[in-house]
Formats: sequence, C-alpha cells, structure tokens
Amino acid sequence: MTGQRTSRRTVLTSAAALATSAVFFARPAIAQSAPRVVIVGGGFAGASAARALRRADPRIAITLVEANQTFTACPFSNGVIAGLRDLTAQQFGYDKVAADGIAVAITAANAVDPATRTVSLGNGQRLPYDRLVLAPGIDLRWDALLGYTEAAAEQMPHAWKAGEQTLLLRRQLEAMEDGGVVVMAAPNNPFRCPPGPYERASLIAYYLKTKKPRSKLIVLDAKDAFSKQRLFQNAWAELYPGLIEWVSLSKGGKVTSVEVATKTLITDFGSHKADVANVIPPQKAARIAEIAGVADRTGWCPIDPVTFESKLQPNIHVLGDATIAGGMPKSAFTANAQAKVCAFAVATLLRGETPAEPKLINTCYSLVAPDYGINVAGVYRPVNGVLTEVEGSGGVSAADAPRATRALEATFANGWFDTITNEVFG
Amino acid sequence: MNATRVSAAVVVVLTSIATAFAASEPPAGATSCSGCHPANAGVQSPVPPLAGKNAEEIVAQMQAFRTGQRPATVMDRIAKGFSDAEVQAIAAWYAQRH
Repeated sequence: MTGQRTSRRTVLTSAAALATSAVFFARPAIAQSAPRVVIVGGGFAGASAARALRRADPRIAITLVEANQTFTACPFSNGVIAGLRDLTAQQFGYDKVAADGIAVAITAANAVDPATRTVSLGNGQRLPYDRLVLAPGIDLRWDALLGYTEAAAEQMPHAWKAGEQTLLLRRQLEAMEDGGVVVMAAPNNPFRCPPGPYERASLIAYYLKTKKPRSKLIVLDAKDAFSKQRLFQNAWAELYPGLIEWVSLSKGGKVTSVEVATKTLITDFGSHKADVANVIPPQKAARIAEIAGVADRTGWCPIDPVTFESKLQPNIHVLGDATIAGGMPKSAFTANAQAKVCAFAVATLLRGETPAEPKLINTCYSLVAPDYGINVAGVYRPVNGVLTEVEGSGGVSAADAPRATRALEATFANGWFDTITNEVFG
Repeated sequence: MNATRVSAAVVVVLTSIATAFAASEPPAGATSCSGCHPANAGVQSPVPPLAGKNAEEIVAQMQAFRTGQRPATVMDRIAKGFSDAEVQAIAAWYAQRH
C-alpha cells in the first residue's frame, strides 16, 4: 500500500496548496473519503486517462497499474523495423506521470472483483476502487492461425507489440540476402491500427528498395479492402513499382496456418515460403478485460459512448484498443481522445452528476516513405449508443495531392508523435 | 445538537471548497485537439498551440477550414465535424487557458 499512501499525501499536499488553507490537514476524514480510481494499463489510453483525471479533479486518489517500467510505443515503430529510427525513440517512462501526484504501481493486474470493487496485483496488493478504468490494449490470438504460437513468433515475428519483436523483425530484414522474399500476413478487422500493416509494407519496401533492390514483398491479407487503400496503392505504384504484391482475401490472401521450420505461410489457395515472415495474427482485448467480465463473445469490450463505462460491468470503464468503439479505429490518437473524455466523465460521475455528450476526434498518419505522409481523420459522436462519424466530416488525404503536400504531411506526422507522447508521458 | 450542526456546516463548506477544485467538463470535442496541437512548450511540431489564442481568431480559422478558403491537410475534414456553436464553445475554452 506504499504507493497508495504516497499518492494520498501528494494529493493532500497539492490540494492544500491550491486551497492555501490548512483545513484539509485538520480534517483527515476528507482525505479518507477522497474517491479512488484505479487505472490498469499505462499506454496511450491509460496514462492519458490518469493525467486528465488529475486535471479534472485533484482530490481523486489515482493509481496507475502497469506491468512494464518502460512503455514502448507502437506508432512509428514501423520506422524502427525499416532502420529509420532507434527503438529508444519509442520508449517512455512514468516519472512525469508520477510527478503529477499519480501513484504508479509497476506490477501486473491479475484479477478484478467487481462485487467488492478490488483489483488484485502481481505484487500481492489488493487495490480498492470506486471506479476502475481498464486500458489494457490487446492480446494476440495464439489459437487463430494453426502453428502460430508464441514460440513460432520468435522465428516469424508479429512485431505488433513494440519492443523486442520490433527489433527481431528489423534484424531479420538486415540479415536477409538481396533478392529475398518478405511475406507479411495481415488480419481481418477489427485489429489494432488498421493502416499499420500497410504502413509497415511501405517502409519495408522503402528499406528493400534502398538496400536490397532485387527483393520482393508479398502481403497476404484476410480482407478485401483496407484503410487508406487507394492512397497506399497509388503510392506503391509511384514509389515501389513491382516491389509489393498485395493478395486480397478473394485472391487467396487469408493465411490459415504457418510452418515455422520452413517459414511458410499457408492459405486455402497455396503456400508462400518466406525468407523473412511477419505474421500479424488476429487479436482481442487483453486478458484482464476477460477476467473482469467486460469483454463479450467477440473478445472486445462494449462501452457506453458518453462515459466509456462497460456495458457489462458497472463502475468499470474501458478505453482504447480493447473497446468496441463504433466507427472509431483502434489508434493511439483514439485512445488518447477517449481517455480525456472518460476522465472528465468519471470525475463528473464521482460528483454525482451526469456527464455531457462528448465529441471525439481521430487523426491517424501513415508514412509511405520518410518524406511521404498520408492521413485519415474523423469526428465522432454518440448516436443511439454507438460512436458514429459525424456526417460530412472526416475522410482521407486528397488522392491528387502534390508531393510537397505528402512531405508536409510527413512533417505533421512527426510533430504528432512528439506532441502526443509529450502530453501522455512528458 | 449544536456541535452536530456546526460540524455539518463545516462539511458543507469543505465540500464546496473541494468541488471548486474540480474542473468543469470541457466543451464537446475540446480535449481531442491536444492530440496534435501541443499543450506544452518544447514540442517539435509545426502545429500551433491553442491555449491562450484569441477566440474569434480560432472561430475564423475553423470557418476558413470548413469552407475550404484556407488550404489544409487535415483540418478541413475535422472542421466539418463541428457546428458553429461547438466551435465557439471550444474557442472560448482555449482562449481562457494558458
């Protein structure tokens, strides 16, 4: 409980400083009754929620539970795979979050008991909460593709959770002979970062074109259409002619199994032997969502679009990639935007009031080359209980934009990463 | 009885002080902006911060984005998602921040 006590003390100190009054010290019972919010998951959603909640109401005792000391961001990690940036540029700590008066517990969240409103931690603690925010991200479905196990991922990396997997895929590309074949498998919807596989294909193509120009990249897809498709395919024709082959579902692109020993990806139509294989398997909300009873049979978490409270468990809110968020894609921008709305809604609910209807924005950049950016954006609001894109808003970058605009968008993409990571971790 | 009334009064006062610490809910859509518009100094981005900007200026720019009068890479499509009243509320909220 050390973290909790530190948090309360910090809250007390900052609250007293704000009040320029000693009444809070004279009435410790007030501190005892401060509402307690536990947030599980320190990614873009969870860390954003913690900081926004602190701004929304300094009295709330907030504990952020995260298994890893260092967060490794997925956005821009395709640049690491292509050798364009170091993994350290993706990594952030929680010192500044803790400095806001948030108790940061670096340990796993093992169980949630909605009846007693407690979270059991890997370090043996049991944290009571008035409201719980789950921002756990995704788990990969190890049962989805025959032969694609955690051990198989050491040979055929997914690199869909940034970190060692990212570096493994990069090293395999660096070790590949010129003239090699890279094969990627992309999953059906929904999954984390809908344009991510195609940005990755683009930047791997950039690496191959500049370093190993006789090589080839095949993308085996479990669907017939993908995010920003026209923009990606036009750019591939322009920048990487003949290098990328995209195989849609209806052309036999759906991978059903893998053979690790031969690095072979098998579809219903045939098999593809790879020199480097990147298998992005189907996904679901991370396990703690299932344990807490907030995931439905799809493996994802239905939420109220005003408060992000679970439709399955009261007093538990769910954010980010784990949610079923209507039209909002599973992106870092979405996670951050949802977190800020949820934080103010939680503060409002804890005051016994009713949160107002929100609007949320998503903006999602992809790099097709280091100086070639494209985006998709959308504005969302609750309609009949579902986050729905506002009619007439949103869409993708202009199809006929000049290269100068693509270069400008690449600059905006880089600026976005610095801005959002600064807001969340800086 | 007297003591109870006094302590009840103290609780009421304390509660109202505590409630005063809580920030009121930002207008719909406002908190999403800082995903791209830096909330803090020292961020490397060509996107301008919004805090402290003149409210009328924000409203004028949003209108120019919406009509296409001001060329944009993304703000044209975002501006179309907000009504005049929503833009005015967001602009007023950012103008008060620093």
